Amino acid sequence: MSVTDYLSWGGSMQVRKQEKIDLYRLMVRIRAFEEQSFISFNQGLTYGVLHLYIGEEAIAAGCMYDLRKEDYITSTHRGHGHLIAKGADMGRMFAELLGKETGYCRGRGGSMHIADMTIGILGANGIVGAGVPISVGAAFALRYKGLDHVVLCFFGDATINTGAFHEAVNLASTWKLPVVFVCENNLYGISVSIKNACALRSLADRSAGYAIPGVCVDGNDVLAVRKACIEATARARKGEGPTLLECQTYRWGGHFTADDGKYRPDEEVRHWKEERDPIGNLARDMLGSGEIDQQEIDVIHREVKEEVEKAFRYAQESNPADVDGMLRGVYYESPTRTRNSKGEDLP
Amino acid sequence: MRVMSYREAVIEALREEMTRDGNVFLMGEDVGRMGGVFQATAGLWETFGPSRVFDTPISEVAIVGAALGAALVGLRPVAEIMFVDFTGVAMDQIANQVAKFHFMTGGQAIVPLVIRTQGGVGFGDAAQHSQSLEAWHTHIPGLKVVMPSTPSDAKGLLKTSIRDDNPIIFIEHKLLYQTEGPIPEGDYLVPIGKADIKKEGKDVTIITWSKMVLDSLEAASLLEEEGIHAEVVDLRTLNPLDLDTIIFSVKKTGRAVIVHEACKTGGFGAEIAALIVEKAFDYLDAPIQRIAGIDTPIPYAAPLYRAVIPNPDKIAQAVRGLL
Ligand SMILES: Cc1ncc(C[n+]2csc(CCOP(=O)(O)OP(=O)(O)O)c2C)c(N)n1
Ligand SMILES: [Mg+2]
Repeated sequence: MSVTDYLSWGGSMQVRKQEKIDLYRLMVRIRAFEEQSFISFNQGLTYGVLHLYIGEEAIAAGCMYDLRKEDYITSTHRGHGHLIAKGADMGRMFAELLGKETGYCRGRGGSMHIADMTIGILGANGIVGAGVPISVGAAFALRYKGLDHVVLCFFGDATINTGAFHEAVNLASTWKLPVVFVCENNLYGISVSIKNACALRSLADRSAGYAIPGVCVDGNDVLAVRKACIEATARARKGEGPTLLECQTYRWGGHFTADDGKYRPDEEVRHWKEERDPIGNLARDMLGSGEIDQQEIDVIHREVKEEVEKAFRYAQESNPADVDGMLRGVYYESPTRTRNSKGEDLP
Repeated sequence: MRVMSYREAVIEALREEMTRDGNVFLMGEDVGRMGGVFQATAGLWETFGPSRVFDTPISEVAIVGAALGAALVGLRPVAEIMFVDFTGVAMDQIANQVAKFHFMTGGQAIVPLVIRTQGGVGFGDAAQHSQSLEAWHTHIPGLKVVMPSTPSDAKGLLKTSIRDDNPIIFIEHKLLYQTEGPIPEGDYLVPIGKADIKKEGKDVTIITWSKMVLDSLEAASLLEEEGIHAEVVDLRTLNPLDLDTIIFSVKKTGRAVIVHEACKTGGFGAEIAALIVEKAFDYLDAPIQRIAGIDTPIPYAAPLYRAVIPNPDKIAQAVRGLL
């Protein structure tokens, strides 16, 4: 089903079986990547800390399944899932986490700074809120160039309380820029419950202050996320401006790999892990409807396991980051050009 | 004497000052129930409760600006910015508001405000969580900049900072939190603007602060084995600066090495070098050396970030080159 079909049907969700299977596989790939990352952290193979996306896979998968390669995203400290869903190479991602020269950032950036400019990933980010204005600038450039691509801007619930968020969303709304603000509401910013950081009951209500649509979906239901994101990106492509899309979700682990997350009630954690697992629930629904059988599910998991193992092996076998070349890389060195007397570049 | 970690010393200073003065309160991200991401406020929420210890939203501008407003109206806030890197987000409030309010109001307003933060290279937190940005803050008249290296200095200086009637940027170092040292009994204070000679020596003066004091002391003990007696001056506060102690030491040794983790260009070491040249040029037997971070963002992988910042070997090597 194409996006136009979907919209012309008034948004009724006739999702093809293969699409569901694709979405399932994408979520499984993200989780498997994160599980291997966590093992690597525990083995001391990575540096710093990692912010894992386990439990939130449906948002990245649902939002990015229908994106074009030419569309852009900005990501966050919790970025691995976004990168994989946008098409990043797992081998180069692992290589970055392991500090290898073949890593996306040549071992210079690490988990919080992975980018792939060739497929529109304008970077994970270590500064909360910083990606929001950057996404708006990218959307501005797309409009300036007359293109109908869009930008998806990912950020957490706690990020909506930064000044950067407010200034950027206001700009995007006033200029009707093609950007979708995807709020991953996992209920906490580190240890602080969103209830203690913001008086709104639904974060999507923030949209009223910017006169843009605000939509709230179950962020652990990949089909619901996908539907909402298709609508928001379609608006953006048509020049109708930004949408604030709140996806309610939960991170299974602590804020980062060195945090046990003990400030959260056990029952809350159990509820989300056992009853609202985005992957488990989709499998259950598809098994129930007969769209897939257990054997097919097992094949997906086996294939993903092999893919992750291969990617990880690539990273392990790669050379460490090159210390000698480090200073090159602070500034871009423009290739030398020959110019004529009018200052024009010669071929 | 008791032995305590730097982290515990920070907590004890906060606890004592909060007990002593009901106008002292804490605000910042995760400082409450969690006790801070570095656990440097652990236990205070339990003791003082949510009416003295406030978890804020992720809003650095509001943290610093609201702390300023509260200070103007008679409270003594201790605001935490989780990483010194994030002072960038709050820089208008810090540089244009906090630092200047007293002066701009012709002395009417007083700003008894401490901004606690931490910086430096840890174990791979990469470019936006590892910087040493003290030079930004020393470049703003009206702020005091405090950077203790030991638990006892951390406690004494934090208590003094909280009692000071001027705004203070109090910069801890993420690798110092676990370090331990003796702590004097009782209610002691360490004066702001007074350096401390952490090791005496006659051959060369090493001027440094924060975690680089530890690296410099290690270098000094390597050099001691070679018969080189280095004096290690821990500045403890960069602004106000204890120039007398620096100049006295340099006049004695005739050689100065300045060590800081921050990158070299525009670093505070340049200021010290210039002051030594102004005040003690005739006493110098060798050019002043600056051992500093190289001018790159801090990389992620350990072999890379280790190459960027000074360490005891690099410091010792520089000293040998002077003699
Ligand atoms: C400007 C800034 N302030 C504080 C931090 C420290 N920090 C990193 S992640 C985080 C919480 C972010 O919460 P949220 O936006 O909800 O994203 P989540 O981690 O839940 O995915 C904080 C406070 C930071 N990186 N940048
Ligand atoms: Mg969150």
